[in-house]
Amino acid sequence: MKKNKTFNLVIVGYGGQGVITLAEIIANAAFAQGYEVKQTENHGLSQRGGLLECHLRFGQEVFSPLVKRGGADLIISLDLFDAFSSLNYVNKKKTIILTNSEIFSPYPFKEISPKKIIPFLKKISKKLILVPTLKLIGNISKETSMINTLILGYALGKKLLPIKKKFILKAMTEKIRPQFLEKNKKIFDLGIQVAKKH
Amino acid sequence: MELIRKDLPKALLLGNEAIVRGALESGLSFATTYPGTPASEIGDTISKIAQELGIYFEYSSNEKVALEAAGGAGFCGLKSLVAMKHYGLNVALDSLLPLVYLESPFVIVAADDPGCFSSVQTEQDSRWFSKIGFLPTLEPADSAEAKEMTKFAFFLAEKYKIPVLIRMTTRVCHSRSTVKFSKIIPSRKKGKFLKFPYQATATDTVNRHKKLLKKIEKIKKESEKTKFNYFLKNKSNLGVISSGVCFLYVKEAIKELKIKASIFKIGMSFPFPEKRISQFIKNLDQVLIVEEVEPIIENEVERIAKRINPSLKIYGKNLLPKYGEIKPEDVLFALAKISKNIQTIINLEEQQRLLRGIKIEKRFPTFCPGCPHRATFFTIKKVLGEKVVFGGDIGCYLLGSLPPFKMSDFIVAMGAGIGVSYGISKATDEKPVIFIGDSTFFHAGLPALINLVWHDGNVLVIILDNKITAMTGGQPHPGEVIKIEDLMKACGVKSYEITNVYNLKETSEKIKKLYSQKGVSVLIAQGECRLLKIRKLARQGVVWPRFEIIKQSPKLEELKNFSCPAIRKKKGKYLIDENLCWGCGFCQQLFPENIKIKL
Ligand SMILES: Cc1ncc(C[n+]2csc(CCOP(=O)(O)OP(=O)(O)O)c2C)c(N)n1
Ligand code: SF4
Ligand code: SF4
Repeated sequence: MKKNKTFNLVIVGYGGQGVITLAEIIANAAFAQGYEVKQTENHGLSQRGGLLECHLRFGQEVFSPLVKRGGADLIISLDLFDAFSSLNYVNKKKTIILTNSEIFSPYPFKEISPKKIIPFLKKISKKLILVPTLKLIGNISKETSMINTLILGYALGKKLLPIKKKFILKAMTEKIRPQFLEKNKKIFDLGIQVAKKH
Repeated sequence: MELIRKDLPKALLLGNEAIVRGALESGLSFATTYPGTPASEIGDTISKIAQELGIYFEYSSNEKVALEAAGGAGFCGLKSLVAMKHYGLNVALDSLLPLVYLESPFVIVAADDPGCFSSVQTEQDSRWFSKIGFLPTLEPADSAEAKEMTKFAFFLAEKYKIPVLIRMTTRVCHSRSTVKFSKIIPSRKKGKFLKFPYQATATDTVNRHKKLLKKIEKIKKESEKTKFNYFLKNKSNLGVISSGVCFLYVKEAIKELKIKASIFKIGMSFPFPEKRISQFIKNLDQVLIVEEVEPIIENEVERIAKRINPSLKIYGKNLLPKYGEIKPEDVLFALAKISKNIQTIINLEEQQRLLRGIKIEKRFPTFCPGCPHRATFFTIKKVLGEKVVFGGDIGCYLLGSLPPFKMSDFIVAMGAGIGVSYGISKATDEKPVIFIGDSTFFHAGLPALINLVWHDGNVLVIILDNKITAMTGGQPHPGEVIKIEDLMKACGVKSYEITNVYNLKETSEKIKKLYSQKGVSVLIAQGECRLLKIRKLARQGVVWPRFEIIKQSPKLEELKNFSCPAIRKKKGKYLIDENLCWGCGFCQQLFPENIKIKL
C-alpha cells in the first residue's frame, strides 16, 4: 500500500455470522503490522438476524472511523443480499466487492434470486468477486459458521488486503476460541488456495 | 483480558472499554449501571474484571438507583462511576440534580445515540442536562480521549466535589482505536461517611445554589485552560469548531479538500470556554460549528460572536443535519460549500444521484429461533385477534410491533406501557393488553402496576419473564432473588396466572380467562431467553433437539405468521433448517402431524 494511503474497508453481513469478529481480526492484524487503525460497527436493534455493518480504516494517519459515502476500497459481504445494503460506500472507480454468492433470505417464505442482485453490483462497482462458500465449505464441514474466515482467506489469496498472513494468523489465534481455531485455520487456508486458483 | 494486561503498552480499545481503563487508572472502587446500548459494554467490561481488581460493581434495578448508589459511595470518598444510555439520565435526573448541590464527587457516563441505532424513544442530546444540572461535561472524540477524559473527570469531581458528566455518542462508544496505557491505581474496599449537617430547609437550598454558581465559575477556569479545549491555528479567515467524533470528520475533510482553516476542538463543553472561543473567533470571517445532535455549542458561539465579532458569518445546523448521525460526507459537503470547492460538491452529489431511485432493501431484525416472545405474541393473537388495544414497552419484544405480529399500538419508554394503558382503560371501555419484559417491569413497571391496582384500572399486563435483560446483551436483573409472583401477591393483584409460553394450550386458556375478567389481571409469561439457553447448552457441550417436517401440507402456510427463521419455504416445500432450529418445539404443537422431533 502507498505511503499516504488510507485503506477503507466495509464489512457487512447479518447477526450470527461473525461480522464483528472478522472486523476485529483484520483490525488487530493491521494494528500489529504497524498501521494506525480505526474500526467501528453499527449494531441493529436485535440480538440476531439484523444487518451488521463494520467499517475499518487503516494507514499512516487515520482520523474518521467511518468510511465516507463512495469511499470504500473493498467491501466484504458475508451474504449476497447484504452486499446490496453497502451501496452507499461503493465507488465505480475503485471499489471491489467481495461477496458470498449465497443468499440467506430475510423472508423465510420467500426466496430471493441472485439474478436480481448480481448484475446490479457488477454495474456499480469496479469489480465484483463471488465466493461460492457453500460449495467450498461443504467439502470440509456441514457448518456455515465459518464463512467469515473463508472469505478472509479468499481476500488474502487475491491480495485484496494489504496485510501479511502472519499477522492475520496471530489475530485469529487471539480472537477465536481454542476449540474452533484449527478448523477455522483450515478453512482460512482453503480460502487462500482457492483464490489463487480462481 | 487485554484491558488489564500489565505487559501491554497500548491496545485497540472500544470507546466504552477505554472509559473503563481510564476509571481503573483513576482508582475506580465503586461502579454501577443499568444496561443500555450504546453504553452497555461499560458495565459489562467492569463486571468481568471487578472481582479480580477488588472493585464493587453491580447491575442496579434502574438508572436512578444506580446513580444514587454511586452518589452515596461518592459521599464516602470512594472513586465511583455510573454508566447508562441517554434515557437513563432522564430516569435518574431527579436524584442527580440535588446530588450536585450536595457535592458528591462521582463520574456519570451517559451515551447518546445520534441516528438511533439502538434507541426507539427519542433522539435526545444529554448536553442539555449539563446546563440544567450544572454538570461539568466532557465530550471524547475517540478511545484515547475517552480514557484521558475519564481520568480528568475523576480529577475534577474530586477537586471540586461535584458529579462530572462524560457525554459519549454511539460512534465513540462503538469505535476501536489506539489507547496508551498508564498504571492502574488499586481500588479501595471501604470509604468513610463523614456526617455533615445538610439540613433540608429552603434557605439552605438557596445557599447551596449560590455556592454552586460560584463553584461553576471556578470550574470555568479549568475549562479555559484544559488541554481538551484547544485550537490549531492556521493562517486563514475560516475557522471550524467541533466536538466529539465530528472533530475527526473535520480533520478528514480539511485534509481531503486541502484547505486552510483554523480548528477549535471542544472537549469540555460545560462550563463553556468562553474566553478561548472569543480569542478564536475574534479575527475570523467565517466559522463552521460541527456537533451532534443539537446546536448547543453553536448557540454559545452565536452569543459570544454578537459581542466579539458581530460580522462573523456562522454556519452550523443550516449546512449540517439537524437530526440523525452526522457522517464524514456531511462535513465534507459543508466545508466544500463554504470553501466553494465545486468539484467535491459535484462528486458527492453524483454519488448520491447514482443511488437515487434504488430501493435498498435492508435486512431487518427478528426474534431468534425459539424465542419465547414469539410464542407469546403468536398465542395471544390467536386467542384475542387483532382488534384489542396492544400496548408495548422496551425490550426484545418491541419486535412484536413489526410484521407479522404488529402487536404494539404504542411504545413510549421503559415501564410506560402499563401507565399509558391504564390511562386508555380509564378513558374508554377498552381493556388494553400490555407487553412488558421482566427487566423493564422491575425497572419502572412496578409503580405503574401499584397505581393500576389502587385505582382499579382495566388492563391485562403480560410480563414477559425470560429471566434476563436480553436486548442489551443478557444482563441479570432483580428476578435473580425476587419472584414476580410474590410481588403480585404483595401488590394486591387478585387475578394473575403463571404460564409456560411454550405450552400453547395452557397459555391460550389462561389468556382467555384473564382477558374476560374486568379489572387488573396479570399473566406471568415464563420462557427463558432462547439465546441465553442455547449459549449455556453450547458451553456445556449439550446438543439440543432439532425438529423436522415429515409431512408436507398446504396448511403449513400458517407458519408464515409464526415466522421462526428456521422454518423456511423453498421451491414450494416447507422445511426446517437444522443449523437454525433451536429446538423449542412450539411449531410441533401447532402441527403435531407434520412436524416431529428429529432422532
Ligand atoms: C431508561 C432506559 N434504560 C435503558 C434502556 C435500554 N433498554 C432497552 S430494552 C432494555 C431491557 C429489556 O429487558 P426486558 O424488559 O427484560 O426485555 P427483553 O429484552 O429481555 O425481552 C433496556 C435496558 C432504555 N431504553 N431506557
Ligand atoms: S435474545 Fe432472547 S429474548 Fe431476545 S429475541 Fe433472542 S431469544 Fe428472544
Ligand atoms: S422447534 Fe420449531 S419453532 Fe422452535 S426453533 Fe425449531 S423450528 Fe423454530
